[in-house]
Amino acid sequence: MTQDGAPLVELRQVTCRYRSEPVLEHVDLAVAPGQFTGVVGPSGSGKTTLLRAVLGSVAPVSGSVVRRPGLRVAYVPQVDTVSWGFPVTVRECVLMARTSGRVLPWPSPSERAEAAAVLDRLELGSLADRHIGELSGGQQQRMFLARALLQRPDLLLLDEPTSGVDVRTRHEVLHLLSDLNADGLAVVLTTHDLNGIAAHLPHLVCLNREVVGAGAPRQVLTRAVLERTYGAGLDVLEHGGMPVVVDQFHADEVALGRASGA
Amino acid sequence: MTGELLRPFEFEFFRNGLAVAVLAGALCGLVGVYVVLRGMSYIGHGLSHAVFGGFAASALLGVNLLLGAGAWGVASALMINRVTRRRVIGSDAAIGVVTTASFALGLALFALFGRAGRSFEAALFGSILGVSAGDVVAVGAVTLLALAVVVLAYRPLLFTTFDPEVAEASGVRTARYDALLMLVLALAIVATMQVLGVTLIAATLVIPATVARMVTNSFSRMLVLSTAIGATCGFVGMNLSYHLDVQSGPTIVLVGAALFAAVFAATGAGGRRR
Repeated sequence: MTQDGAPLVELRQVTCRYRSEPVLEHVDLAVAPGQFTGVVGPSGSGKTTLLRAVLGSVAPVSGSVVRRPGLRVAYVPQVDTVSWGFPVTVRECVLMARTSGRVLPWPSPSERAEAAAVLDRLELGSLADRHIGELSGGQQQRMFLARALLQRPDLLLLDEPTSGVDVRTRHEVLHLLSDLNADGLAVVLTTHDLNGIAAHLPHLVCLNREVVGAGAPRQVLTRAVLERTYGAGLDVLEHGGMPVVVDQFHADEVALGRASGA
Repeated sequence: MTGELLRPFEFEFFRNGLAVAVLAGALCGLVGVYVVLRGMSYIGHGLSHAVFGGFAASALLGVNLLLGAGAWGVASALMINRVTRRRVIGSDAAIGVVTTASFALGLALFALFGRAGRSFEAALFGSILGVSAGDVVAVGAVTLLALAVVVLAYRPLLFTTFDPEVAEASGVRTARYDALLMLVLALAIVATMQVLGVTLIAATLVIPATVARMVTNSFSRMLVLSTAIGATCGFVGMNLSYHLDVQSGPTIVLVGAALFAAVFAATGAGGRRR
């Protein structure tokens, strides 16, 4: 893990387009070592493109992405991007992280040992020889995490890691990421889940093609920022010292219903 | 009875044909694993038809069939690979245009220049007549090449096949491996065209891999099983072809189809988890 405070990755005035359509415009973002950031925004706001720009798989049409030399970045995609009927076991899938460096198809003893250690840490050790299709949604997410961790990254990027999972799995994933972050791993994730995930993270970025707001949840989760991000009225309440975002339109509708005696 | 079964082995043409059928079956079984898992069955089907155009052009120009059809196949494979990486038009439609146009060109060339006959039918439906020792060596060389690619590029090919986005993000040059696979596929089709026929090659690419998938959840075992199933179908199909006096291509495919039906029935409709 990197120690000094200089950014691992810095996006400077980055603009990305898909065909002729702008997806990101003039985005500035710096990811420091040990940072834990959530990126929120509506569908099509450029969250995944932002991750890909950090990763280097999408080239900006203008601006620059500066990565620290030797930086190792691992990417965890959404779980529905692969076929879970593919004939591989959990161990085989995790070992895909070691694609470069060894030509022989079978893993070396040290690769097997490292994979076993990562799987044990993520409580998947007993499932190593299971077919990937036999895993639950949370286990699938953890298996992707294990594959990413086997790359020994400095920075972990996750695309909607809690999409489509139940509350318990969401908590598991979030606590796991917090533990990894506590060990010094920088984490950037995208999410639609403002209250379940975003409000628990120490740093948030509100994105709608451009960065609308960035900072601690208390600073960022305001009516003005959320309205500019989502283009819809949202209220921010406080519960247990945490900001909670609620649907303003729905609240008004209920109030109107009560007033009319319906 | 045994003497009757062994009788075709007295003929050199049969021994050569059998060797090519076994090698071709193994080759298609091996490459077919990637074709099936990547959902490229239609590409395999289309590419085999595209190669027919190269076969016809080579026959008319007097160029070595393997070389001519091979060059045509490689060009078609690269074109298809390029088309499938773009999303302006549906890749299935683009493949349909490229490959059926090439197939139609082959038919037109044969019709215009009157070279229909044995070679025409052999290219379409497969024939063991005229398989020389040189053909055995050529198919053997392509099989060895495919095996070398699968072994040496096992890890990146597996990663690219399973999760191309993360493979690319992890530093695997997925476009390069996609192109490599298309080249191997094109060479496999050209090498096996004479025995199996272009209209039936797709089945030998798909059936062994599909059968193997139904009985294993392991990628490495699927590679081995699919290769063995392809070789076995080639061996059994060629023998049946001789005794039943039916063309080699259809017989090999029917043996594979019968095996598929048997395994499908034995493992239940789902087979292994899909």
